[in-house]
Amino acid sequence: MSNHADVIVIGGGIIGNATAYYLAKKGCSVLVLEKSKHMGDGGSSRNGGGVRQSGRDKRELPLAIYGVKNLWPNLSNELGMDVEYYQEGNLRLGKTDAHIKILEGLTQRARESGLDVNMITGAQAKEICPYLSDEVIGASWCPTDGHANPMLATLAYYRKARQLGVRFITDEEVIEIRKIKGKAKQVVTKNNLYEGDTIILAAGYDSRKIAATVGVDVLMTQALLEVLVTEAQPPMFYQMLGTAAADFYGHQSTHGSFVFGGSSGYEGVNKDNSTPVTNSLTASCICRGIMKYFPCLEEAKIVRSWAGWIDDCVDHIPVISKVEEVPGLILACGFSGHGFGISPTVGMLLSQMAMGEETTLDVKDFRYDRFKAKI
Amino acid sequence: MKERNDRSVSFGAYLPEADDGTIICRCEEITKGEIRRAVHDGMFTLTEIRRYLRTGMGLCQGQTCGALVKRIVAKELGVSQAELEPATSRAPMRPIEMRILGNERREA
Repeated sequence: MSNHADVIVIGGGIIGNATAYYLAKKGCSVLVLEKSKHMGDGGSSRNGGGVRQSGRDKRELPLAIYGVKNLWPNLSNELGMDVEYYQEGNLRLGKTDAHIKILEGLTQRARESGLDVNMITGAQAKEICPYLSDEVIGASWCPTDGHANPMLATLAYYRKARQLGVRFITDEEVIEIRKIKGKAKQVVTKNNLYEGDTIILAAGYDSRKIAATVGVDVLMTQALLEVLVTEAQPPMFYQMLGTAAADFYGHQSTHGSFVFGGSSGYEGVNKDNSTPVTNSLTASCICRGIMKYFPCLEEAKIVRSWAGWIDDCVDHIPVISKVEEVPGLILACGFSGHGFGISPTVGMLLSQMAMGEETTLDVKDFRYDRFKAKI
Repeated sequence: MKERNDRSVSFGAYLPEADDGTIICRCEEITKGEIRRAVHDGMFTLTEIRRYLRTGMGLCQGQTCGALVKRIVAKELGVSQAELEPATSRAPMRPIEMRILGNERREA
């Protein structure tokens, strides 16, 4: 088979797979290279599944709003499998006056950016979700937020793109991008050499060392976050949940299980042995966080927990950008732990950038050269 | 052994078999036919099959069906079972109530 494609996507996560799908729809030949043996094995299949607009940086908000309005509602239909998208709102909960202050600040900033989100009382929150503890005294409420199944959404994009003729190669770690006559052209892996007219780098934190091979640095760090899942519960509620104190976040899935993410406070320093392993402190800590807001779940059994790295950009928004010094290269990394919800929008935008089309939304806030020294 | 990392490689069409309706993963009620079809949908590793279908994601965490799923997937792909990595085992190894997992105090 030919080792040439119009576009080479480095990274078979949801960003790479979505981009490959939208490019294939435009008639492009696409090759996706994935380091892992499994498609979407990074943050794409390990995150908490939030499809939120609330709580977003205002630069990222238009991408989230666009996806929720135009892409998520029809995604299952379009990809031919259920990605378990629910649009039942996001409750961010508070139990103390200090919490309410935090929520009011977030709500005010989101409203100024044009999002329909407002503060509600504890009683109103209980009307929306009757299972809440009486200790909840208020919440912010964004009725158009929701969640989806990250594993299924990632594989749905992969499956559909593969049906449309996109070539995917796993266990194919990229070592280097090479310029030919000043333009990014070749992708060198451990075993092979590939050529593309456009190269899209969407490899999570690994993007940093790959971008370095053409002299570009993306300022980001890696942090290991954890998620756990309960046994199936009867259908209870489908709002996305979060808290002002960031104790935990999560939702109930189609399967009936609750998926909850959280942290112990040691995410920056936990030992990881170069694999995304869970820490013995974290799952217990997440459970204590959940029970403070949902005492009714204390008998629910935890079946499984897992961890995943986020590629945390220094200003916590992604880099989605062409690179002036390296024509032919497009960066898509540093999603900072909230890439899943905006992945359909980002895939669409990247496909437009690769085709040289005008992008539906402005991407100038996500430029690779935005990092300036403090003085 | 043929490489299975190129996901466009063709290994024949899905052909129905008489026992496709047999339940393989009892916790999540996944049939042999569903597992075989998933391979043809592009899910080539046990980790992908698990995320796609939920095999081995129920209360027993694949301790009952793991070996069976592996055999079916290997046969469908035309590779040896030794080529397929098992899906990662996850803590806690037995399901534990939140109130117990969340309690780290010493017993009196």
